[in-house]
Amino acid sequence: MQCDDIARILPDAVDGGVAVEDSVQRHIDTCLRCQAELARYRKMLRGLHLLRTRYLEPAPGLVAQTLALIEEAGEREARRAILSGKRIAYASAIGGAAAVAAGAAATVVIVHRARRRTVPAAG
Amino acid sequence: MSTSELPQGPSALEPLVEAAREGDRQAFDELVRRTYVETYTLAMRLTAHEEDARDVVQETYLRAWRGLGSFRGDAQFTTWLYRITANTAYTTVKRRRRHRADALDAMIHDPVEVRLDAQPEESAQQSAMLDRLSVALDQLPPKLRVLVVLKDVYGLSHEEIADELGISVSAAKVRLHRGRKKLRDLLYDEAHPNHGSDGGIEHAV
Repeated sequence: MQCDDIARILPDAVDGGVAVEDSVQRHIDTCLRCQAELARYRKMLRGLHLLRTRYLEPAPGLVAQTLALIEEAGEREARRAILSGKRIAYASAIGGAAAVAAGAAATVVIVHRARRRTVPAAG
Repeated sequence: MSTSELPQGPSALEPLVEAAREGDRQAFDELVRRTYVETYTLAMRLTAHEEDARDVVQETYLRAWRGLGSFRGDAQFTTWLYRITANTAYTTVKRRRRHRADALDAMIHDPVEVRLDAQPEESAQQSAMLDRLSVALDQLPPKLRVLVVLKDVYGLSHEEIADELGISVSAAKVRLHRGRKKLRDLLYDEAHPNHGSDGGIEHAV
């Protein structure tokens, strides 16, 4: 096992993401170069972990802009819902009127046919 | 900004999350106020660009408000927010890269490090090392940076990352490997300008 081979494994092995074989571990235990390389990766990971609580401050106004955007989106969606509700009500009204008209027409036809059948019998 | 406005523990947010899920806008607004610094920090780490980070924060909270109904509460609210931020930032970075000229791309890496937490226990040496680490992180290609930030800074699993970025778990692992290697080279290779002559990162952490 060469140091270059170990160096290729270390980025995955440093946090236990990849299990290290015994032969690799034995090499690291006796190789100062590989120990130093492993220590670099460990320090880098510790540093990255510390960045987690190192907060960055946005320029002023971000919260106000964000809340305004949500408010605006909410109003837009509410308007869309109202318009969509009106459209549905209008379509229902048209549909209802059409049904009533069709029913009335059917009644007229039936009555008319019934009268035509009864007239010859009377003469 | 005072330190009291810094992110709080997840249990402090629970009643607000519960109220917001029931449609309480004021509770959601308060959640935004209590978590925006953390969300902005993550967005900055992922995009390395202030304007993009602000856009990501706004889009993240808009998505969160619309998606609160699907948040089941089996994960922490902040973790859920991280995932939305990661997804939004990844989309933003990809879109921006297509629209920006290469010459402008260099500006993406301008570090905007405005720290809130001048931690008293943070030594000057450690502080200098973290500054260098931040700069090196910003210099990673975006696809690698996203993996290193989400896994090594925020502790998301490969599965969560793959899910949010729309890539396979094995692709996530490969990118993390390449990202760590590249970051190590930026920090320690003497050919790189980021390599500190004082050996800061060697001893500080």
